[in-house]
Amino acid sequence: MINEFLERLKQHIDPFLMGCISFACIVGLFVLYSASGGSIERVFSQFLNITAALVIMALAAHTSPHYLERIALPLFVVGLLLLIGVALFGEISHGARRWLNLGVGRIQPSELMKIAVPMMLAWYFSKREQSLRWGDYAIAALLLVVPVGLIMKQPDLGTALIVTAAGFYVLFLAGLSWKILAGGALSIAVMAPIFWSLMHDYQRKRIEILFDPYQDPLGAGYHTIQASIALGSGGFAGKGWMNGTQSQLDFLPERTTDFIFAVFGEEFGFLGNALLLVLFLLLIGRGLVIASQAQNTFTRLLAGSITLTFFTYVFVNMGMVSGILPVVGVPLPFVSYGGTSLVTILLGFGILMSIHTHKTLMSTS
Amino acid sequence: MRLRFEVKNHSLEQYRFTARLTVAIGLVAFCFVFLLGRFLYLQVLKYDYFQTLAENNRVSLVPIVPNRGLILDRNGVTLAHNFFVYTLEITPSKTDNVEDTIDKISQFIEVSAEDRKRFKKLRAQGHSFESVPIRTHLTETEAAKFSVNRYQFPGVEIRSRLFRHYPLGNLGVHMIGYIGRINEADVKALETSEDISNYKGSDHIGKGGIEQYYERQLHGTTGFQQVEIDADGQAVRVLSSTPPVPGDNLVLSIDSKMQEIAETAFGNHRGALVAINPKNGEVLSYVSMPTFDPNLFVDGIDADTWKTLNESLDRPLINRPIRGIYPPGSTFKPFVAMAGLQEGKRSPPFSIGDPGFYTLAGSSHQYRDWKPGGHGQVDIQKAITVSCDTFFYGLALELGIDKLTGFVSHFGFGKKTGVDLTGEIGGLLPTPDWKWRRWKQRWFPGETVIVGIGQGYTLVTPMQLAQATAALANNGVAMRPHLVSAIQKHNGAETHMMPINKLDEVALDPSNIELVRAGMVAVTQPGGTAASVGAGSSYAIAAKTGTAQVVGIKQGAKYNAGGMDERHRDHALFIAYAPAEDPKIALAVIVENGGHGGSAAGPIARKVMDYYLLGKVPNAPSGEGSKTPEAPIVEDGPHD
Repeated sequence: MINEFLERLKQHIDPFLMGCISFACIVGLFVLYSASGGSIERVFSQFLNITAALVIMALAAHTSPHYLERIALPLFVVGLLLLIGVALFGEISHGARRWLNLGVGRIQPSELMKIAVPMMLAWYFSKREQSLRWGDYAIAALLLVVPVGLIMKQPDLGTALIVTAAGFYVLFLAGLSWKILAGGALSIAVMAPIFWSLMHDYQRKRIEILFDPYQDPLGAGYHTIQASIALGSGGFAGKGWMNGTQSQLDFLPERTTDFIFAVFGEEFGFLGNALLLVLFLLLIGRGLVIASQAQNTFTRLLAGSITLTFFTYVFVNMGMVSGILPVVGVPLPFVSYGGTSLVTILLGFGILMSIHTHKTLMSTS
Repeated sequence: MRLRFEVKNHSLEQYRFTARLTVAIGLVAFCFVFLLGRFLYLQVLKYDYFQTLAENNRVSLVPIVPNRGLILDRNGVTLAHNFFVYTLEITPSKTDNVEDTIDKISQFIEVSAEDRKRFKKLRAQGHSFESVPIRTHLTETEAAKFSVNRYQFPGVEIRSRLFRHYPLGNLGVHMIGYIGRINEADVKALETSEDISNYKGSDHIGKGGIEQYYERQLHGTTGFQQVEIDADGQAVRVLSSTPPVPGDNLVLSIDSKMQEIAETAFGNHRGALVAINPKNGEVLSYVSMPTFDPNLFVDGIDADTWKTLNESLDRPLINRPIRGIYPPGSTFKPFVAMAGLQEGKRSPPFSIGDPGFYTLAGSSHQYRDWKPGGHGQVDIQKAITVSCDTFFYGLALELGIDKLTGFVSHFGFGKKTGVDLTGEIGGLLPTPDWKWRRWKQRWFPGETVIVGIGQGYTLVTPMQLAQATAALANNGVAMRPHLVSAIQKHNGAETHMMPINKLDEVALDPSNIELVRAGMVAVTQPGGTAASVGAGSSYAIAAKTGTAQVVGIKQGAKYNAGGMDERHRDHALFIAYAPAEDPKIALAVIVENGGHGGSAAGPIARKVMDYYLLGKVPNAPSGEGSKTPEAPIVEDGPHD
């Protein structure tokens, strides 16, 4: 009975992805142990997060893509309503309104949208596949802009960025014409000053300080300067696990969450960074293979978007820690401490596995 | 046919998708190569540079804490200032064995058990790379002694830190507040308000009173220095420096001399006093008794002292004027009288014959007057002067609870006064609506009756009572009460006066104002409930006494102060404004378990008014006190 259950469980788990994910999680726990100054409680609590997220991944892997296609629209509508709920009744913590208390527990609806938006757009394009027109892209853009706007208002720049990316990848993979893409890039350049005026002071400050961290070395620029020093002083081979002076001496802020990569980079050096990049590249590569082998528009677009969104997490986090991108709250997958984003990321991989392993079923149905 | 079309379309779509995917792969590759290049630049090409920075990191940026603003009284007397003291500090991460080091230090400089305890506590709170004081207030000799032996102690250094000091000690502590160590809750609050980077290097933050309310103005802006250091961690030279901007100085409307007179007048009694200039809302005195020494908190209070303060039955830590709530008792009557007059219910020549009790129609319950047998024939003026309960029972019922509370709320009852202090509570002005929300119970007429004499659910803070008295003195115009009258830039170049704002206003008929005033003036004259308070005064005092029951007294039983536990005695209340014809000061006094308002609280008020209006200092050679020869000997009423 139990064997049968395990057998069924294995059936939909992609061994290659699972192997890479497990390895990344183990590396993450080791880095977290060092970054938290040897806190076994932290590591254990993250272990529980990983376990929960893996269960959700397995459940997603067992859910047929047909079912995902069916719930795409309702899920998006629920997510949107919850986001509106946050804007109206959300709890404010650390100056942002991100959480919604449902009585039974607190949820962060913006996190849900990282999956719900690409699902919705993939569903929309798969429905309109036969008669795709220019107007469809406009509608799709609207479906993207509304939730992103609500998330920006919370404000949560990091999540807004990820949701935008997830939605944009669907549009892009669905064949959004290069002319429109060029036009969009142009209009962004034009809109930039307007966005600038709409931004919160602290967001503006972060961008200004990206270009000149020494403008506010004790305040907003402190993160960037300290992270660069930590990475740079790691050198080629790193200072060794638990030996990163910058991280161990508490110079690095948020060093178990968004800036944990600086700890990794200091302790494992250029070599470690390169190997971590390879590990992430393997996950991305496998995801793209799954996307290219997917059998219908919905699964193709969704798999592609999930994979490229994962890439965005990695690039934005590493980019911000190494000082080539502004500081936005995007965690490093599998390594940063925290359960919420981990659940979303592994849910994404679960969907990838589902798309891959339900293939034959789909073609016969 | 159709199927073929779809299949064809499918493969076209698949082809387009694959093309797009290829572009995406290119993007991923490009970004990863870019990242790899960045890592190469930081970790290989610039390794030496960052390695040096990392080695020097711990002292490369030194925050310079700004001088905290001063707090001055209205005459420029310093209430809070700062001075430099030498501290001996240990940086745990630079010291091999902290315990041994402390033992070794104690061979040169005295280190008490208290010092060790505090060090342990602060060390647990802070980061290991931050220096933690083991000794504060080093003498010159001690500093010199250590400096000679400094080479023996890596990671230990003498620093000079700014310490906050309150030169007048206990005086006005609840109003001035104090600063204390920044704790985790403070850090959270600072993070939320995005002020955290301005507190790098700051150890202290305002924890109460003016120090807390005006934290933003007092703190100033932190500066920083970039310092080049040698291998031993010694500063070689300053590379660049942004000077700190000191905090602003605050000028209070308080007169510290008057504050001292008021606090002394309380003697050993617990209680509160608030005096306000009714014309502009300036708070002139703000007393909460008993007091404590704010200087205890600056350096981190030790556990025993804290326990004593916190667990004392006298509750010295409670900020009574804004957080103590008391039934207003009979001090509520002038406001009820004004309501009755404005509503046209009790205009002269209306009067009642007082039998000494009041009954509701259809009930046998007697609402007793404080004077058995009653006051005889009573009109509105006499009702205030002799504090006739029976008169106000009937008036309250006739007005009805909604009209009554609606009117007196203009004087600030039931809402915060908005004084510039943190933590004020709003008291309670009960209404049927409130009772339903709070208790899910219907309002009874009997409850309206007792609201008429300031009993029942009604609760006020001393601040509210003073504010209401000020509004009454100012003919129904309530000014926003405030303690800080001006904010000065640190160099004194610029002084910003605090705005004087109207809070509320209720139109009062001049003849009604005159009636209530006459009733209140007679309170401090022979025959009034506080005749001794007015004895020998060169100016007219409009006043009202009150008592608030601490324990209930059964029907038919008698209140006997002598035979009761002191803490069960009634609270004494007293409100007054003077000179009655052109009020310059309005105040409220509460003496906890003081018994009667006229005899316990009244004399305190008189001393404060005498100083403010005449400049008279109590116990001065001229001999001011109860034995003024020309004063007629009048007994205060036994109650109210």
